Amino acid sequence: MGAIEGRFSDNVIITSLDYFINWARLSALWPMTFGLACCAIEMMATGASRYDWDRFGMIPRATPRQSDLMIVAGTVTLKMSSRVKKLYDQMAEPRYVIAMGCCATSGGPYWQHGYHVLKGVDRVIPVDVYVPGCPPRPESLLAGVMKLQEKIRHQTIAKVL
Amino acid sequence: MLLDYANVLIFMGIGTFFIVFNLTLGSLFRPNNPSPEKLSTYECGEEPVGPSWIQFNVRFYVVALDFIIFDVEVVLLYPWAVVAKQFGWYGFGAMMVFVGILLIGLAFAWKKGTLEWVRPKVEQFRDVIARPISQTAA
Repeated sequence: MGAIEGRFSDNVIITSLDYFINWARLSALWPMTFGLACCAIEMMATGASRYDWDRFGMIPRATPRQSDLMIVAGTVTLKMSSRVKKLYDQMAEPRYVIAMGCCATSGGPYWQHGYHVLKGVDRVIPVDVYVPGCPPRPESLLAGVMKLQEKIRHQTIAKVL
Repeated sequence: MLLDYANVLIFMGIGTFFIVFNLTLGSLFRPNNPSPEKLSTYECGEEPVGPSWIQFNVRFYVVALDFIIFDVEVVLLYPWAVVAKQFGWYGFGAMMVFVGILLIGLAFAWKKGTLEWVRPKVEQFRDVIARPISQTAA
């Protein structure tokens, strides 16, 4: 909890601040450079020139300290899940998670017989947006990012009654 | 002349104000939930093992010195190469003197054997090497 966050009811100043803060947050979602499987290839394609998520202000960062967004791109194995959890914990708040692809969402093709796969990354970290696909096309990931932006746009720092 | 440095002072003032203002503003709005997990050392998701103050082989120091000599040489050679024709033979001579001094340094380093990474002192261990392994095992 910050100095202002959650201390005032939603008056005109706070909601105007909300508008500005949310605009700032959703316009510079810095994802963590972090790919687990084939979804990461699509994620890289999303970052490359054709789809170019730079126009969303998204710059991949090499450390969780500087990133706002974790795109779990790929199969989360049980061995990796504790690492994913640790990386999420080390991110600065506010932090958001996009579960990209079926594996990160639910275990995907490993749902039934994958003895080594976590059945959805939401079992270890809270997920904001699920992007379906195996792997999702870059358009899908961008749609997920825009969904997340929509979610951030409706956040408030006012006191929740 | 001295007044020209007022620009520097203004820049420093603006810079200080910018940083202090933004950090103060950020501290008002950002969430503040420190936790042991968040403050833990970032090691790509792994648990860090051992202290970060480890000892490097002292030989890296000599390699770094050798590197820096030629690093600086290249840094000076590039701008000279751009204007080499304007500087003429005088500039060429000056540069050759400079390179020559560095070459003397290189010859010295070569003679000292700092360019060799693996340097077994054979004389010291000759009797150990000559003996069969069964005898050397303590």
